[in-house]
Order: sequence, then structure tokens, then C-alpha cells
Amino acid sequence: MTDHDATTFSYLCIGCPLGCRLEVDEDDHGDIIEIRGSGCRKGDRYAKQEHADPRRNVTTTVAISGGLWPRLPVKTSSEIPKDQVLAACEALRQVRVQAPVKMGDVVVDDLLGTGCSVVATRHMPAIT
Amino acid sequence: MIDDRPHVLHSKYDVVVAGGGPAGLGAAMAARTAGAERVLVVDREAEAGGILLQCIHSGFGLHHLGEELTGPEYAQRILQSALDDGVDVLTNAYLLDIDNDQNLKLLSTDHGLSILDTRATVLAMGARERTRAAIRIPGGRPAGIFTAGAAQRLVNLNGVLPGRRVVILGSGDIGLIMARRLAMEGVEVAGVFELMPHANGLSRNIVQCVHDFDVPLHLSTTVVEIHGRNRIDKVTVAPVDDHLKPILSKAWDVPCDTLLVSVGLIPENELSRELRLRLDPTTSGPIVSSTMETSRDGVFACGNVVHIHDLVDFVSAEAELAGGHAGRFASGIRPPHDNVRLQPGANVAYCVPHTVTTDQPHTVYLRVRKPLEKSMLRLRDSEGAVVHERRLRYVVPAEMVTLKLRPGVLDGFQGDSLLVEVVAR
Repeated sequence: MTDHDATTFSYLCIGCPLGCRLEVDEDDHGDIIEIRGSGCRKGDRYAKQEHADPRRNVTTTVAISGGLWPRLPVKTSSEIPKDQVLAACEALRQVRVQAPVKMGDVVVDDLLGTGCSVVATRHMPAIT
Repeated sequence: MIDDRPHVLHSKYDVVVAGGGPAGLGAAMAARTAGAERVLVVDREAEAGGILLQCIHSGFGLHHLGEELTGPEYAQRILQSALDDGVDVLTNAYLLDIDNDQNLKLLSTDHGLSILDTRATVLAMGARERTRAAIRIPGGRPAGIFTAGAAQRLVNLNGVLPGRRVVILGSGDIGLIMARRLAMEGVEVAGVFELMPHANGLSRNIVQCVHDFDVPLHLSTTVVEIHGRNRIDKVTVAPVDDHLKPILSKAWDVPCDTLLVSVGLIPENELSRELRLRLDPTTSGPIVSSTMETSRDGVFACGNVVHIHDLVDFVSAEAELAGGHAGRFASGIRPPHDNVRLQPGANVAYCVPHTVTTDQPHTVYLRVRKPLEKSMLRLRDSEGAVVHERRLRYVVPAEMVTLKLRPGVLDGFQGDSLLVEVVAR
């Protein structure tokens, strides 16, 4: 706390409904000095992860032809870096698939070089 | 969706379920497990699954299925299980009426008007969203005003964006999730406005839907007027005082072409009213016993039609209970009547079920009126003596409190009603 080079970052814990306000102090090398405000270990873990490498699952839709609906819901198979979420949405807006599609079918192989695939989250049979 | 088998419709059923969402499908499966031979689920949409089909985000199933799924995945899982269990699912169909002898009037695209005979019925029609009219926002009546759920359907199923610059009124989870959804689709979200001094949604949604997309969240602020002739072109918003009264001298205008209102859900009770079921004025849903039976013999209810649930997982649990009892009712098995009425006391808005027995385990869901940091849940008899108490860590109105009444808890209790309260310790 006495270190005048420390920078403080604030986060809201998502671990439970309490929503603890977390504070992370970082020194000028970018290393964490202290985490404050968490009511449990889950909070500390979350603060560390969210500070160092925030990641998100992306759930959106892609266009589909020949199904009951014109949109197919999809998700990333794992979390991608948070700052790539909007680019991922933009990329997925350009995708169109053809029914039938099964839940779990891969719609995009390697999303923006993240190594993460995008899969369908429902069946969409072809409408005849 | 996955249900592309032909729809056979019999004239006699053991259990008919109104509504093919998670409540209805769960109840139907439980009825089959309880021994009901013929079980029919009726849904008015083209495919069963309910509102989960448009909730494309994840966060479903952690409690009930032990893994985190998206809405469509959860819906497809349970629909597949129901079909595998031998449940008949009839879509594009609408239950019009149930008479005293459990004759159902059914209207469907495939079969026209049909009269069915059933032994038991489960009501699982879910809920509707409160609209702009329900909160009486002054101003004109231009186009461009949607409930958050209607917008969600437009975006996620129809692939249509409701507008280009959106204001959202209400910070419940549906409103927050729509803020993210629209931001992801390149729509400008001008702000989320919340009347109360705290956001109503989960902190996860505050972080991942609001902060992540730099959406301005204005607490203690509400929409006081809607402007626009043909299409909405702006709203006037104003901060509110401690009594939630808008301070008009501090009002400002927010240009927008769309207003989403996300101001709560109410049980869908058209059918319950026609059946003249006894309703709870607080939940607006039917009064139910510990077997989820309504005031009409053989008519059960579960899910959001009874009270608004926070999580689909709780809906599934309640559906299992209702469906199981409906199935047993159809086979002529009737448990003894409940002997204790639960009455909401201090800081408790409502309890479901409304009655319990003293000799069986029960799960009681209740909702508090105001948040409390360290609190105590107490059951008191009519003289005020404490019959049972349990410490609660943290209670908020947005989160349902679950009370497990284990066998033995009410041993020796002789009265016929219990007051349920959640007070500070």
C-alpha cells in the first residue's frame, strides 16, 4: 500500500450473488501485489484471472438457410480472450450455413486464430 | 426441432400438460416415471422447448444437470428425453378449456378442434412480460417499443434487429442480457435505466453484459416520457428521489429509435382464471398444495405459471414434483391432504407451496421483500412461538430463498398454520 508505484484496478466478483467489489494492486512490472475485497477464495481466483487474462464464452447466432428459423444459435467451444469478443461476433455475422445441422456440429473451425471452434447449440432439421 | 415424428392424437390420456417449456416437459416425464401410460404435452408454438429456445446465452442447468448449457441445449436435452420416455408432444396446438370432468377442448393445426378425456392435467403455461402499459409511461404511442423478450425473439430466432440505437428500461437479467446481445450485433445501447438504487440482475450479468460492452447503467433513474410520431425518436429520463418519485427538474433527453422494457414477468393465467382456480394475489399464480395441486382436484401446476423462478433448474425440480403427483393421481393414488397452511410474515412476499404436511419432507420456495445482510428464517405458530429457524447469509428479492423442511422438523407441531418470516439476526 505504501508503494507509490502501485496501480489499483477494480472488479466486480461474479462468483455468487454477493457481488464483492474486488481491488487488485499491481506494481510497475505488471505483477499483482495485493487483492482486496473478496469474501472467499473463489473471489481471489476470479480477480487474478480477470486481471491477468479476462476470457469469455461467446454465444450468438449465424445465418442458416432451409431451416425452421433463419438463425442458428452457436457458442464457442471454450472461452476466448475478452478483447476478441466483438471481432468474433463480427466474423460470425458473415457466416451462413445450410440446414440440416445437428447440435454440436462445428460451424467454424478456428475462430480468429484462437484455436477455438464454434458449434451449433441446437438441431435445425431441413424444412421440406 | 428434433421432434419430426408424426403427431398422433389419442382421445384419452392419463395426463395432459398445457405448455411445452421446461416446466411442461419436465412434468410430462415425471408423470411417465410415476406410471402414467399416455401423457400429452400441448404447445402453441411450432416446436416445444418454450422460452429457452430464444435464450441462446449460457448459464442453464448448473444445478439440475450438473453442467452449464445454453437455453437451446437445455431445451433440446429435455425435449429429447421426453420423447424417448414416450411422451406425446403436439405443437401448433392450444388448450381452450377444461370442464369439471376433465374433458379438454383442444385446438390444433393438425387436428382442428378435438375433445380429449384426461385423468389429470398439469398447467405449465409459463409467464408473460409486463409491458409499457403495465407501468404507464406517459407519452405518445409510436412504433419501436418492445418488451425485452419480444426483442430477444426477433434477434435470436427471426434474425431481425429491433433498431439501431436502443434504450433499455429495467436492469433485470433479461434486460441486461439484451443489452449485451444487441451490443454484440453492432447496435448502440444508449443506456440501461433502473428505477431502484441497485441493479436487479446477477453480478455476472452486470459485469459481462454491461461493463464488458461499456453500456451506461443509470440507477435510481427512470423513463418519464416517450417521444416520436411514427417511430420513437427519444425518451425523457429523470432521476428519482427516495420515494421513487421522478425529479423532473433534473430530467434529460436520450435520443433513440427503440425502447426495450424489461420490467418483470407475470404468470400466464388465462386458463387458470377460466378454470376459476384460487389465485394468490401476490404471485398472480394458482394457490398450490405440497403436491402442486391447484384448488381444482386433478389439476396441477408448475413453473412460472405458479410463481416467477430465477433459474430453469428450479422449474425443472418443481415440474418433477407436479408431474409425479399428476401421474399418481391418474392411477388413483392420492396422498393425504396437507394439514398446515404457510402464511407469509415479516419480509416475506410469498411462499410456494401454500400448504404442507407435517410428516413429509418439503421444499418451500419464498421470496423476500427487501434485502438483508445477515438474516434468520423463522417459522412461528399462531401463538408466535418459534417452531423452526435457520440462519441465512444474504437475502435479496431477486433471489428465491429455498427452505428444505426435512422430516422431523415439524414433529409434534399441532397447529394448522405457520407464519414464515425472514428477519435480521
